[in-house]
Amino acid sequence: MPHDDHDHDHEHVHHEGMSPSGHPYRADQDEPLTYWQTMEIAVRELLEEKGIFSAAEIATAIGRMDARSPADGARVVAKAWTDPAFKARLMADGSAAAAELGCAIDALKLVVVENTADTHNVIVCTLCSCYPRNLLGLPPDWYKNRAYRSRVVKEPRSVLAEFGLALPDSIRVRVHDSTADMRYIVLPARPAGTEGWSEERLAALVTRDSMIGVGLPHAAA
Amino acid sequence: MPEITVRVKTWPSHGLHVRTPRYLRGKRGVIERELGRFPNPEQLAYGLPAPERKLVRVRFTMAEVWGAGAENPDDTLDAEIYEHWLEADEG
Repeated sequence: MPHDDHDHDHEHVHHEGMSPSGHPYRADQDEPLTYWQTMEIAVRELLEEKGIFSAAEIATAIGRMDARSPADGARVVAKAWTDPAFKARLMADGSAAAAELGCAIDALKLVVVENTADTHNVIVCTLCSCYPRNLLGLPPDWYKNRAYRSRVVKEPRSVLAEFGLALPDSIRVRVHDSTADMRYIVLPARPAGTEGWSEERLAALVTRDSMIGVGLPHAAA
Repeated sequence: MPEITVRVKTWPSHGLHVRTPRYLRGKRGVIERELGRFPNPEQLAYGLPAPERKLVRVRFTMAEVWGAGAENPDDTLDAEIYEHWLEADEG
């Protein structure tokens, strides 16, 4: 160990490669660009030189993508909770209904799956990391992680319990694997005690995890 | 609507861009809904002409997918499968 000149007579245990709080540091990305990263930069610069698009337009597009957040999905959920006709349209054609609220789903199709008294839905993409980015923004790291992707299709109840959501056997669990062109969000059940609440107030109860299906909305305060 | 039972084909994919997960191959399920027609990703991913294929959502029971290893046999798993990966179930 490289700390031989140190006084080790302290109770603080310092693990190699760990932060003082005991978490691993993320490695710096000091390795050279990969073939595909180089290819992306080259193609992008060529397209800029040819005037197909400008660097500013790319920055704007990235900004637009980064601006999407679970607040968009929460607006859709709150609207469905308060407007039965909207909910019917949302269940029949998720993309068209989300577009009514200004959430374009682009080329992909949105399927909304509803939690009820006897059904709980949860979403995964086992093949890669398909995620309803238009409604929820960028996916959390764990969603792309191999452990979540491989385990939630095999032992969803154990995985949900690890998220703090223990479901009784009386509730049927439905796992949705986003294998192709659909994207999914869960329509969670409306929390009790929220009768008469405005859409805005309801939306504040809707969490990202409740729309992935690994959590529930906040309870009415 | 009567339930239509299908079986996922067991073709190998050899690292090609295939959207049919390996863990569902050979498994039987019922068509949950039809989704319309989409360009076949197996060609689209390589920039080839990609004829549209019918895409459906198939619902499997956990018992069917995982056998005795299922956590709860009556829970379900839905996945989107292209029609050319499905065959009629002969029972």
